[in-house]
Amino acid sequence: MTANPLVAIRNVSKKFPGVTALSDVSFEIRRGEIHALMGENGAGKSTLIKILCGVHKATTGSVALDGAETVFDRPQDAEKGGIRTVFQELNIVPQLSVAENISLGSLPLKSGLVDRKKMLERAADALSGLGADLPLEARAGDLPRSSQQLIEIARALMGEARLLILDEPTASLGENESRQLLNIVTGLARRGVAILYVTHRMHEVEAIADRVSVLRDGKFIETLGAPMDEAVIVERMIGRPASSLYQHSRRDPGRELLAVSGLGSATLRDVSMSVRAGEVVGVAGLLGCGKSDLARACFGLHPIQDGGIELDGEQIAKPSPAGMLERGVVYYPSDRRTEGLVLGRPLFESMTMGSHRPAQITRKGFLRTQKESELAHSIAAELDLRPMQLDRASGKFSGGNQQKAVLARGRLRLAKVHLFDEPTVGIDVGAKADVYRLIDNYADAGHGVVVISSDLTEIIGISDRVYVMREGRIAAHLAGSDITEENIARSFFTAAPA
Amino acid sequence: MQFILTTGLLPALLILMCVVFAMVEPRFVDGSNLLNVARQSVFLLLIAMGQMIVLINAQLDLSVGATVALTSVVVASVTAASSGGPESVLLGLGAGLLLGVVIGLLNGCIVAFWKVPSFMATLGSTSVLTGLALIISKGAPIIGLPMIFSDVLATSSVLGIPVPVLLGVVIAVGIGVFMSRTVPGRNMYAVGGNRAAALVAGIDVKKTVILAFVLCSVLASLAGILLTARVGSGEASLGASFVMLSIAAAVLGGTSLFGGEGVLWRVVLGVLFLGVLSNGMNLLHVSSYIQELVIGIVLIAAVAAERLKRVA
Repeated sequence: MTANPLVAIRNVSKKFPGVTALSDVSFEIRRGEIHALMGENGAGKSTLIKILCGVHKATTGSVALDGAETVFDRPQDAEKGGIRTVFQELNIVPQLSVAENISLGSLPLKSGLVDRKKMLERAADALSGLGADLPLEARAGDLPRSSQQLIEIARALMGEARLLILDEPTASLGENESRQLLNIVTGLARRGVAILYVTHRMHEVEAIADRVSVLRDGKFIETLGAPMDEAVIVERMIGRPASSLYQHSRRDPGRELLAVSGLGSATLRDVSMSVRAGEVVGVAGLLGCGKSDLARACFGLHPIQDGGIELDGEQIAKPSPAGMLERGVVYYPSDRRTEGLVLGRPLFESMTMGSHRPAQITRKGFLRTQKESELAHSIAAELDLRPMQLDRASGKFSGGNQQKAVLARGRLRLAKVHLFDEPTVGIDVGAKADVYRLIDNYADAGHGVVVISSDLTEIIGISDRVYVMREGRIAAHLAGSDITEENIARSFFTAAPA
Repeated sequence: MQFILTTGLLPALLILMCVVFAMVEPRFVDGSNLLNVARQSVFLLLIAMGQMIVLINAQLDLSVGATVALTSVVVASVTAASSGGPESVLLGLGAGLLLGVVIGLLNGCIVAFWKVPSFMATLGSTSVLTGLALIISKGAPIIGLPMIFSDVLATSSVLGIPVPVLLGVVIAVGIGVFMSRTVPGRNMYAVGGNRAAALVAGIDVKKTVILAFVLCSVLASLAGILLTARVGSGEASLGASFVMLSIAAAVLGGTSLFGGEGVLWRVVLGVLFLGVLSNGMNLLHVSSYIQELVIGIVLIAAVAAERLKRVA
C-alpha cells in the first residue's frame, strides 16, 4: 500500500453568492474503503460531492488524488481521474434498453455504426462484475428502481473507477433491495474500489462503513472509525446529545375510524385493516408487497375491485382524493417531488394547494393572500421548516423541508385520519424527529394514523400496532411486545400461522 | 440594468422599440396612431390571454383561429337574420359567446376525459370548426349585418376610448385577478406545474383543465365577435394567423410551454410588443413580406435572450 491516500480533501471551502456552503473541510479517503459521509440536509454533503466530481470548483483549498493536487474543471476531468458518481436522481433513459443505458455516452462503434454484439457483451460483463442479473434487452423504464440503480452503477464502473460516490443509493429502495445493494457495495470495496457513501440510514453505516465523516453546517466535524456508535454519530451530526427519536406515551385507542375489509385490486388480495382513533398503525413489508397501494386505495389513488372502505361508520363507495380529503383523510405521498409539490412554484403554494377552502383563506371566491401567507408561515414555524423563505421555488428546498411543506396540508383542514407513505425517506435526523413528533401529536389528539414504511426501526419505534404485508396480503398483525424486528422480518418471507 | 434584472428584458425591449420608432417616424407617437395600435392589438390580446390560461395548465389550444372563424360566420348569420334593432347586438354577442362555451367544453372534455393530447385534440377541432364555418358560409362572406352591430362593437367610444379597447382592458384586469386571486386560477398553476401532485392535494384536475379550455374559447369567440363587427361581415377566413401569434405573444411574455408558469401583465406586454412592431413597420412602409420575416427573427431573438438571461 502506498503512503498517499487515494483522495485527500484539504481545507476545501465553497462560497456561493450570499452563502458559505462548505468551510475548511479536510479528510481523506483510502483505497478500497467504504467511507460514509453523513450530515443533516444542508450540511454541505452535496456541495462536497459536486466538488469531488468536478461539477463545482472549490473556492479555496484543494483535492489531491494519489498525492497529486488536482483541479477538476469539468465532470469529464474527474471521470478521467477515476472518480465516478451515482446521484440520487438517476440518469436513465427509460425508452432505451438496459444494455444501451449501460453504454450511454460511450456506445461501442464498428465502422460508424453501433456494435450491438460488443455492447451486449460489455453490459453483461459489467453486470456480472456487480453480481447482478438483469435482462439486457429489457426497456430500462419497465424495471424497478433498484434495477435502474444497478444500471447506473454498472455504467459508472465502466473503464477504470477508483472512487465511486453513491448519493443516498437506498433512499427509494425497499429492505430487500437495499440489502442486495449493500452486498454489491461491499463487494466493490473488496475489489479495491473506494466508496464514498452518502446516506441518512444509520444501520447501513453500521453494517458496511469502515469509517464515517460527519459534516454539520458546512463544517467538517470528525472522521470516526469502527466500532460505530450511533449515538455518537447522531450527536456529531446535530451538535447536541440525541434524545431518543422514538418516544411516545401509552395511548388508549378509541372508536374505529377507518376499516378496510376484503380489499382486492391489481396488487392487493383480501386485505383487511382497522385503524382506531388515537393510535399509530404501522404497515411494513418489502418493496412491491402492496403496502403503498393499500394506503393509496384508501385515498382513491389506487383502483379497487373488491371489498369495502368504511370511514367513521360511513361506507365509501368510490373513494377519490378530493372526496377523502373532504371527509378528513389526508394522504402524504412517498415521492414528494412527483406527487407532493409543484417544484417550479413558490413553496407556500404547494403548502396550501387544495386546502384554500377548508383552511378558510377565501372570501367571496377570492383568495385572502395575506391570511394565506400568515397561515403558511405559522405552520412552517410549527414544523420548523427552514429556510422560512416560502416564496422560493419548492424544488430548491431540501428533502426534509419539502416533506414538511407537504405535511402542512394536514394542518390546514380538520383531518381525522392520516396516511403517511414513507414519511422519512431521504430526510435527515432532525427533520425525522419533527415528523415523528407530528405523528405523535396527531395520535394523542385522537386522530387515526397509518404509517407505511420500509424502515423497520421506524415501524417498530412509532407504531402501536403493525400489519406486515407480503405479496398483496396481510401476512401478520402484531401488537404490543410482539412488535419485534424478528417477528416482522419473518413475516416478510413466510405466511402467518393460521 | 436593475430594471432589466427585476422585470425581464421584454419591458426594456418594448420601450427601446417605441423610442426608435418615435425617432425615425414622428407620426408613431401621434395620439391617434397609439390608439390605433391599441385598437389593432385587442383581438390578439383576448386570444393570447386565453392561450396563456391553457398553457399554464400545460395544454395548448390550436383551435383559437378556427373558433374566431366559426364565431364570425355564426354571429354574422344570426344578426343578419335579426330585426336590426338594438337587441341584435345582444343576440350576436350571446350567440358568439355561447358558441365559445360549447367549443371550449368539447375541447376540454376530449382532453380531460379521453386523454387525447391537447395538441392533437385541438388540431382535430380546428379542422372540424373550419369545416363548419365553410359549410355555413358556403365559402363566401356573409353580408347584411345590421349597422348597429358594427356601430356599437367597433366604432363607438366611451370617454374617447374605443369600446373594443375598453372591453380588452376590463377583461385583462378580470383575467389577471382570476388567475392570481381565486382558487380556480391558483389551481391552474398547480395542475400545469405538477398534475399528479395537484390530484393528491385534492384538486379536481379534469374540471380545472376543462375550465381553462372554456375560458380560452370564449375569449377567442369574443375576439371573433369584435373582429366581425369591425370588418362588417362574417368570414370563414378570419383568424388563422392568431394561432401562432397567440402562442408567440404568451411565450414572449414568459409563459412556459410546459405549464405552471405565466403572468398576465407580461403577456399583455408580449401582445403590445408584436402590435407596436407591426404598426411601426407599417408606418415605415415595410412590405408585408419583409414584416413576416422580421417578426419571426425578432420573436426567436427575444425569447432566446430572455432564456439566456435566466440561465446567467
